[in-house]
Amino acid sequence: MTLFQKKRRNILPGFGLSMGYTVFYLSAIVIVPLSMIFFNTIPMGWEPFIHAVTAPRVLASYRLSFSTALFAALFDGGVGLLTAWVLVRYRFPGRQFLDALVDLPFALPTAVAGICFATLYSPVGWLGETLTKWNIEIINTPTGIVVALIFIGFPFVVRTIQPVLEEVEQEIEEAAQCLGATRWQTFRKILLPHLFPALLTGSTLAFARGIGEYGSVIFIAGNLPMKTEIAPLMIMSKLDQFDYAGASAVALVLLVISFSMLLLLNAVQEWQQKEYR
Amino acid sequence: MLKPQPPESTLIVKKRISDPLPVQIVLIGLTLLFFIGFIFLPLGLVFAQAFSKGWEYYLEAIREPYAIESVKLTLTTVAIVVPLNAFFGVTAAWAITKFNFRGKATLKTLLDLPFAVSPVIAGLIFVLLVGSRTPFGSWLGEQGIKIIFSTPGIVIATLFVTFPFVARELIPLMEAQGRDEEEAALTLGARGWQIFGKITLPNIRWGLLYGMILCSARSIGEFGAVSVVSGHIRGQTNTIPLHVEILYSEYNFAASFAVASILVFLALLTVGVKVTLEKQFQKNSFHH
Repeated sequence: MTLFQKKRRNILPGFGLSMGYTVFYLSAIVIVPLSMIFFNTIPMGWEPFIHAVTAPRVLASYRLSFSTALFAALFDGGVGLLTAWVLVRYRFPGRQFLDALVDLPFALPTAVAGICFATLYSPVGWLGETLTKWNIEIINTPTGIVVALIFIGFPFVVRTIQPVLEEVEQEIEEAAQCLGATRWQTFRKILLPHLFPALLTGSTLAFARGIGEYGSVIFIAGNLPMKTEIAPLMIMSKLDQFDYAGASAVALVLLVISFSMLLLLNAVQEWQQKEYR
Repeated sequence: MLKPQPPESTLIVKKRISDPLPVQIVLIGLTLLFFIGFIFLPLGLVFAQAFSKGWEYYLEAIREPYAIESVKLTLTTVAIVVPLNAFFGVTAAWAITKFNFRGKATLKTLLDLPFAVSPVIAGLIFVLLVGSRTPFGSWLGEQGIKIIFSTPGIVIATLFVTFPFVARELIPLMEAQGRDEEEAALTLGARGWQIFGKITLPNIRWGLLYGMILCSARSIGEFGAVSVVSGHIRGQTNTIPLHVEILYSEYNFAASFAVASILVFLALLTVGVKVTLEKQFQKNSFHH
């Protein structure tokens, strides 16, 4: 237990009990179950592992999951910045209502979001009917997946930018204006660099969530092999065939990528905090 | 997390530089357009579809025995998962915020781990751990204990997915409050549980409540993880979202959206409660 040694004298009671329970529960619910991915992949050996994760269908699913999550995160970055700006800076009727609804994608079960978008964009749906006339296909295409992921990732961006934007001191903007900067220059040269770390954090969170998302995507995606099969669906179909090793291998790659993205994000944030102090 | 906001009036007192009115109108318009396409239309669609065959059909769809069984299973899951994760959240937040020890940052990162895991992988790991084809799972099977494709599997997968919610709400809150009040109580002779019950718990009650609401919302709505471990047996291992999926894949859209409308109602309730709790929290933090 050298890892959890006491550094300073702690006078409040309950350290051993609360720390012991925390470590126990964490291990039982998270660490031990997650380690099963490794224990099921290791006996495979190197070559079958590589074979499993580089099969054309699997590679296509990785590519699809990454590209759609990336497009959705970029779109969310733009629309999230816009929404945060409008909600923080402007006063208009219904503002608080919109502000509350930003959290809806967090609260709405993903399956419900999935069937909503699939129905909305189906050839007879409210939006799909018009789009079909213009020869734009959304359902059963990567575009449809992006639409679902935009919805899922949107609150991450708004909720990380909002607090930063609220704390920007208006004096800085006033000073820029006194020095003759136009409003657009002030935004681009003063505000945007200040908001950028939050924008990056929010978009990365949306991206990480998008890679693993399942419920909202499978209904609109159509799940056509090589075309609209996302990586989590590959895990699902390998499980259905009782190919546990294959499923673990696909999952391992996905896990390593999402973890390293979040670690990278932590590193960037720490570096940013040092820059500001 | 819940954020205490300054009262609206202090924002207006100070004259802010703002954008020209046309710019404001265009930007607000664009935001509204996004909300219409991505929030209002999907919400409206749920109710339009749910009532597309009339009230009677709607009531029948949500009163049908399989629907009721799925509601029961979901409520059972919530009733087990939320107290367990809430108790853990309070314990972990106490250990992390009231003491200094090495490895604190690592422990905090580990608590967030389930957020970085795809729901499908969250289901997969429990199939690998206690599924009937694993050594441990087959031993449990011999003892007559079935976990995967049965209620316990749904409960543990949901425990994993909602694991960080309460701890995540409480840790920043308790870090901000510090430990002065607890230490003062200690010097006045209060015992451990008295300190917790009379000082800490009242201070964190809104954060705790909000964490539990988030935890319930996710427990009710979890789809990917539960879908892996459930086995989709109607009337036995179908939660509400799985029931919605089955009805949808049978092209029974009206019934599917009728059941989904219950979930939408709960989601809107969650969002509403958050706003209310934030106001409550704001009032409290100004009393201090």
